Amino acid sequence: MKLNNKVLLALIPVLFGGIAQAESNRDYISIVGSSTVYPFSTVVAEQFGKSSNFKSPKVESTGTGGGFKLFCGGVGVQHPDISNASRRIKQSEVDTCAKNGVKAIVEVKIGYDGIVIAHSSQAKPMELTLKELFDALAKEIPDPKGAEKTVANPYKTWDQINAKLPVVKIEVLGPPPTSGTRDAFVELAMEGGCKTYPWLKALKEKDEKAYKNICHSIREDGAYVEAGENDNLIVQKLQANADALGVFGYSFLEQNSDKVTGIKVDGIVPTFESIASGEYSVSRPLYFYAKQAHIGIVPGIAEFLEEFTSEKAWGNEGYLSDKGLIPMPDAERKQVAADVKAQKLLAL
Amino acid sequence: MFTPYISLENTVNIMNNLTQTSSENTRTLSTFDMVQKSLPKRRAAEQRFRLFGLMSILLGLIVLLVLFADITRKGYTAFLQTQVRLDIYFDPAVLNPNNSPLDRSSLGKADYNALIKGALSATFPDVQIRREKNELNAVMSSGAAYELQARVLDDPGLIGKTQSLWLPASDDVDMFMKGNIDRNVEESGRRINNRQLGWLDYLTADNRIAKHFNKTFFTAGDSREPELAGIYGAITGSVLTLVGTFFLSFPIGIATALYLEEFAPVNKWTDLIEVNINNLAAVPSIVFGLLGLAMFINFFGLPRSTPVVGCLVLTLMTLPTIIIAARAALKSVPPSIREAALGMGASKLQTIFHHVLPLAMPGMLTGAIIGMSRALGETAPLLMIGMVAFIIDIPKNFIEPATVLPVQIFLWADSPERAFVERTSAAILVLLVFLISMNGLAVYLRKRYERRW
Repeated sequence: MKLNNKVLLALIPVLFGGIAQAESNRDYISIVGSSTVYPFSTVVAEQFGKSSNFKSPKVESTGTGGGFKLFCGGVGVQHPDISNASRRIKQSEVDTCAKNGVKAIVEVKIGYDGIVIAHSSQAKPMELTLKELFDALAKEIPDPKGAEKTVANPYKTWDQINAKLPVVKIEVLGPPPTSGTRDAFVELAMEGGCKTYPWLKALKEKDEKAYKNICHSIREDGAYVEAGENDNLIVQKLQANADALGVFGYSFLEQNSDKVTGIKVDGIVPTFESIASGEYSVSRPLYFYAKQAHIGIVPGIAEFLEEFTSEKAWGNEGYLSDKGLIPMPDAERKQVAADVKAQKLLAL
Repeated sequence: MFTPYISLENTVNIMNNLTQTSSENTRTLSTFDMVQKSLPKRRAAEQRFRLFGLMSILLGLIVLLVLFADITRKGYTAFLQTQVRLDIYFDPAVLNPNNSPLDRSSLGKADYNALIKGALSATFPDVQIRREKNELNAVMSSGAAYELQARVLDDPGLIGKTQSLWLPASDDVDMFMKGNIDRNVEESGRRINNRQLGWLDYLTADNRIAKHFNKTFFTAGDSREPELAGIYGAITGSVLTLVGTFFLSFPIGIATALYLEEFAPVNKWTDLIEVNINNLAAVPSIVFGLLGLAMFINFFGLPRSTPVVGCLVLTLMTLPTIIIAARAALKSVPPSIREAALGMGASKLQTIFHHVLPLAMPGMLTGAIIGMSRALGETAPLLMIGMVAFIIDIPKNFIEPATVLPVQIFLWADSPERAFVERTSAAILVLLVFLISMNGLAVYLRKRYERRW
């Protein structure tokens, strides 16, 4: 009995060690990061797995920040090879990476994602400017009487903001603060509208914190409804309520164009073309970052990068555009593809 | 919701009655009259309580029925998949252009899409413009080419022959055929345009398009194309994880329960352990995920996203449930059995393993199965250890990346493609079937083997 126990106890570390050993020759690519890039990254992963002799990569949706935290954990197969991001990597993240030995990073910009404001196709067509959007959704807005101070948002219906807008209660369904789409919406749409007030624009120079406080705060009195991370749910709710507006990613508009219609923002309809040309202002670039130290260690990374940056994937007619990714202009695509091929390292 | 309020009210009533009656008693009423007088009130209270009980059960049942009906209504269509019958000519010029000897690697690389394009343009010879051709090709799923590839690799003798085959249509066509895309919406708002509508109508009239049993759904791993996505990968992951969890948690749980119940002295330490076990049973499951991340992945260096970490974490989560159920089962074995065995000269260990444990086993198994079915439905702890991931390849062992059924449901629910809506519901149905059969097994074991004294 005693001997048996000892053998058992001795076996446990051996078992764990054996499994840990298996990790040291990981033969599939490990991808983490943004939930916005996830739908595109997974398509490439699937195509790559089917058309090459490598195993299909594993893609985790951890959010941009969570992805960088894992990615910058260190070099070695227990750390991911690629991190997806719906914004550019920050200096602080590059520093963390460098501290943990991840010094050589290849940056790949893959295209654009539009954020649309949409409503049910049954509703009367509507047109908004960024300024009106800011007035409708900000927690505090500049005094409508013209004084250079802010007041709590008094608007209850759209026509109070602009008499041309319908007499309908302001009700916007959108993502919660944990979402990358929300961050982008706040930065692009809210701040875009905020900047149209000259004195607020001037405030940015003087007191950036106060400026951000005003421009980035969304009202919490029920006019903006946090509808959860699931964009399908927002589409369903819009169908049920013709008066409500919703904020979500362009790919969901494209998939549900029979049920919901995108609202013109500053006179531009959100379409594939208008986002690609940059006319439609509420759009953001998407990226992924690869660890150069892993290229050659984990099989298939270089080939995966090549697949992602090939015309059949991210080109104008590529399979990623079918899934709603807005391609970059031809010249930029060529440039990025060449940089990736040469494994040009990130330098902020 | 209602029960505590009612019982409180009742107690107050009874107390009022008591004080009332005692004062009345001193006057004229006999005990019998008093009881008679209070009877209707007491009876009414009981009736009320029964009614509330019945109503809450009815409410629960209605909610459950609505939920099931809704899921089934949305999900059953996913078990059928729209397929198109094409006359595929396995063109040697495409499959074997150099007329070289046939080998798997060159056959695997051939352009099978060209065969499908060829068959489509043979069916619709009028389509000539490039743009229209692209639209026509979009009717078929990208998986159709892989199916042809598999067929040719299985039987290279097909080359040069023509076969009429049912091949999967794309998800948009599938949604249209299932009535989820309205043809009366204006063209720009539909994912099927007017030309494609015409082709589909032609195919329907020609009996070339039909819904068949969706085998892919049960045999494939995850995919970003709804018509190619299946739950087999997730089921395999779930089975691996659960089997691991069972073989880790059951022996440990039983041993713990046996020791605490039969051997351990009653003192402060065992009290402390007991409080902790009961406490752990109520800890939110994500906490176990964080623990697993810190301990198994960061400290022991086990690979992320694999069933081995999954089952370790779920073991931690289910252990308290199993221990508590096992202890209850041991407690329910009457002491007379132990005393008789000891009286016949059996040692303590013999008493426990020959007599107490077999009698307690059905209860222990029931507890274990209920713990397992909770583990089957769990996603939160797996989020932390990377099992919420897009994984195409079917896991073959404990150290290959895997995902589980509830995670698959979560991932599909978040996908933009409309065809994933029905697949999400179908996967929920499958999960429910698993849960019901596991709980049914628990009930069966209890009924079959349990003994009462």
